[in-house]
Order: sequence, then structure tokens, then C-alpha cells
Amino acid sequence: MSLTSHDIARIARLARLELGQHESERMLTQLNGFFDLVEKMRAVDTAGIEPLAHPLDVVRDIPLRLREDVAGEQVDRAANQRSAPAVERGLFLVPKVIE
Amino acid sequence: MSGLHDLSVAELAAKLRGREVSAVETARHFLARAKGHESLGAFLAIDEDVTLAQAREADARLAAGDIAPLLGVPVAHKDIFVTRDFPSTAGSRMLAGYRSPFDATVVARLAQAGVVSLGKLNCDEFAMGSSNENSAWHVARNPWDLERIPGGSSGGSAVAVAARLAPAATGTDTGGSIRQPASFCGITGIKPTYGRASRYGMIAFASSLDQAGPMARTAQDCALLLSAMCGPDPDRDSTSLEAAPEDFSAGLGASLEGLRIGVPREFFGAGLAPDVRAAIDAALQEYRGMGAQLVEISLPRTELAIPVYYIIAPAEASSNLSRYDGVKFGHRAGQYGDLTDMYQKTRAEGFGAEVKRRIMVGTYVLSHGYYDAYYLQAQKIRRMIADDFQQAFRQCDLIAGPVAPTVAWKLGEKADDPVANYLADIFTLPASLAGLPGMSIPCGFGAGGMPVGLQLIGNYLDEARLLNAAHRYQQATDFHLRAPAAIAAEEAR
Repeated sequence: MSLTSHDIARIARLARLELGQHESERMLTQLNGFFDLVEKMRAVDTAGIEPLAHPLDVVRDIPLRLREDVAGEQVDRAANQRSAPAVERGLFLVPKVIE
Repeated sequence: MSGLHDLSVAELAAKLRGREVSAVETARHFLARAKGHESLGAFLAIDEDVTLAQAREADARLAAGDIAPLLGVPVAHKDIFVTRDFPSTAGSRMLAGYRSPFDATVVARLAQAGVVSLGKLNCDEFAMGSSNENSAWHVARNPWDLERIPGGSSGGSAVAVAARLAPAATGTDTGGSIRQPASFCGITGIKPTYGRASRYGMIAFASSLDQAGPMARTAQDCALLLSAMCGPDPDRDSTSLEAAPEDFSAGLGASLEGLRIGVPREFFGAGLAPDVRAAIDAALQEYRGMGAQLVEISLPRTELAIPVYYIIAPAEASSNLSRYDGVKFGHRAGQYGDLTDMYQKTRAEGFGAEVKRRIMVGTYVLSHGYYDAYYLQAQKIRRMIADDFQQAFRQCDLIAGPVAPTVAWKLGEKADDPVANYLADIFTLPASLAGLPGMSIPCGFGAGGMPVGLQLIGNYLDEARLLNAAHRYQQATDFHLRAPAAIAAEEAR
């Protein structure tokens, strides 16, 4: 399997990454080099094997833990917005989305 | 006060408790060392006022009779941990100058135990890399040879400890990022069982793999720090284990008589450099001399760990890093058109080459039509790899082998070849995928006089046994006490 420059453009769009011409070409070569490495993984027979997400699931039952939905610590809006690129009156500013 | 930096964490804590030295004097000593060794590139942020204020508080606690175990001991944090008092950048332009409104749980737990923070340490961008060359800010140099990489991604942590700029440091390990730089810089580091230490406030890379751990000169120091760092954090980390906090120092010193050490034959193949192999073989013989029994085992899917890891970790990374959109925090492009253009330009400017590659790989393997063939297939083989370890642990109590196939390489040597970097992670990735605790301890020197680390892997929650095996080895050897020549020379002055 080999990716094409068309694939690179599609993936970059999905990932919201702008790639320059030179960068896209490099990315194509490097990703194809990488996927050569992945080929032998695809040939492994995994019939009947459950995917593993939490590693300790191998030895014990790991339930998905949910926190009680109750009010806890107070959110300090000013502190949370201190590192925001653009804020006005407590709101995050973004380019106009709806005309 | 010269010589303070020669002390272990345990010795320093005792001197502080005995009021032989104050926390402020200690902090000043290490701050001066950090300043004097700026060219090593270990630190990303230092703030004397913050550090000295914490030290004064530690002195007040000492005077009041507080018995916190690490009171006044200076520790520096990998820049992956968010901190209220220092900027937190994860080594990325994306987070230039970012100030967190809170401390990571690990940072808070260590502060509770009395630690004084010396600042933030260099690392590969978002912990993605094994040479520290992916830091957006500056290179970190190996104190044993300034032309070589210190390893990564916790490269700054390893440099700081090896050069005696900090008695200990925090690190994080996703695919080997504590063990490999510890090995390359001749120090001791442990990655605990996945879920032992809270991930809250650790800037996320691959959430099913990321684990925090300590890096120090001795196993005894690692035990002290790890005890303070670990513990359940159920409200803040959904994957935090319920395991009660443990005193990992309590069992240190127990005999190794009858300990069964598994030696995986796949770790000793053609890819292992002869100089590293010689040091590892000698370490295994040392263990035999201490009464341990060497058992040959097999981890048949060792090589497969590379593609499996480099599918799963980028998949999780592409999802985690989607939060960097230039809206709520972090970098935003200066010039852009509409919202999508803002996202694309912000991310193009904010991320470095390796991070972009991993986002691209992750996005692709999670995309429609490829998910089953890549991501799900990788997760299935991940289970097979974890099962292989459980099979092996029926025959042995812990597993030993090399951390990396070679000693630290030259700066720039593999910088343009991502796959070459990935292949060098072969011996650390299997334990990461299985979520097992692993450590690196200095066990000799290879080509160019560079340190070699022995990797010890334990079963789930078996950190105490690992640390004891490391401690006993360090009582019988002195590799962990050796300092890089330039550092040793200034100590003699």
C-alpha cells in the first residue's frame, strides 16, 4: 500500500493542518516509509482477539469509572482565560462563523 | 555550600531534617548550578523568586516540626506537567508562555511531601521523540559527551540529574521516555504500572500509555519519590488505579536469593550492539552472583511492538492534540481568513515536524475505512503482547534486558530519519504497551565511554520488587555513583 499526494491533502484537511508544497512532499515520503514498517503488523492473525484499550484489562476487570454529576470546585473564569489568544467580556473570540 | 549536589535525595532529606542545611541554602546551591550549566540545555524555565519562596515555606515547615518525607528537597519537573508557578509548554511553540491555572496531581503530591521546585525541564515536543531534538526551544546535551543526545523524551530530566543540577526530577514515559534517557545519561528511572500515578495535569500525548515517574541517581531515591507521586486520583483521572499508596522504601534490602529473572531471547538478537550486550551480560552475571536465577524466556512479539505502538500512540495523539485550535489557550496564527483557515494556520505554525507526522498518521489510521485494518488490529496485537508477558511471568519474577540497542547517538545523527528513531525504541515499547512497570539502572559503559542502562520489567503493581532488585544491584556496584568527567572534575575543585 502506498499513499498518494491526494491522500496527504485529504488527511491534512481532516487534521486541520496546513502543509506547504515542500512539506507535503516530505510528509508523503516519510509516511510511506513508516507504513512499510506497519505492513508486517497487518499480516498477523488476530481472529477472536479482543482489542485492548486499558492495559490492566489483561489481568482484571477495569470498569469505566464515572464521577458523580455534582457541582464540585468552582471554575475561575479569569484564571482559565488568562492564556486565551483573544477574549472580550469573558467570551472567547473567534472569526465570524455565521453570516 | 559545595558538595550538596553530591548527596542523594535520601541524604539531603536527612540533612534538611537535622537542620544541618536549610532549604533556602539548598535551593540557592542548585539554582546556581543550573545557571552555571545553562549550555547543557536542561531547563526551559527557572524562576528564583518562586523557588526561594517555596524553600522558605519548607524551612518554616521544618521549623514547625513537619515530618513530610521530602521537606526542602529540590526537584525539577519535566515541562509536560502543568504548574501554576512556572510556564508549561510541553516543549512546544503551541504553548509558548502558557500558564496553567492549576498544578498537575503529581506536582501537587510532591509539593505536599515537601519538595521545592527548581523549575521546568526540557523535553521533546509533547513528549514525542527519543533524542530531545524535537524540543521547539533548544537542544539538550548529554553531560557524558556534549556532542551526543541525552535521549528523550525526558531528556532535560536526565541531563539535570546526571549533571547534578537537581538531585531528582520528574519524567513521563509513554514508550520509553523515562527509561531510555535514564539509560543514556547513566541515571536511575522508573515508570510505574499504568494508572499508578495520576495523569491529571500531565499534558496528554497518548492517554492509554502515558505514565509519570521519578528520575534520580539511585533506586532508593526513586523509591522515596515514587511513594510520594503515586496514589488514586479517582475524581480527576478516569484511568487512575484504586491501588492504595505504598511505601516503596519499606522493602529495600531484601535478599535476592531465589529470585527468578527472565531473560527474553528476543532482546539479545542481531540488533543489539556488542558493547551494550557486554554490559548487560555482566549485569546478569552480577545478579546470578547475588543468588538470583536466570531463566530464558520468550517475548515473541517484541518486534511487532514497534508498528503497534506507532499506530496506537499517534492515534491517541491526533485525538488529544485536536484541542490546540487557537481558541481557548495556546498559539493563534497572526493572519487568517475564516475559522477553518485559522485552525489550519494555527496548527501549522504551532506544531513541529514530528508532532505533525504523528497527527497525520493518527488521523489516517482512525479515518473511515482504515480504522479496522490499523487501529483495531494494533489494539488486538497489543493484547497479545500483554498476554505474552503474563505467560512469561509464570516462569519468572521479573524480566531483565537492555533498555536500548545502542548507547546515546550523536546529535543530528537520526534527526532526518523518523523510522530510525522508532526502531531504536524496540526494547522499551513492549512493557509500555502492556502497561507494566519498568526501570533503567546504570550497569556499565559502552562505546565512547557512554553509559549503558539495564532494563528491569516487573509484573503489574510489583514496583517494590523491581526497586529492591535495583537497590541490591546498586549496593554491589558503583556505576550509579559515577559522574561525567567534567562534572566530577568540578566536584574535585
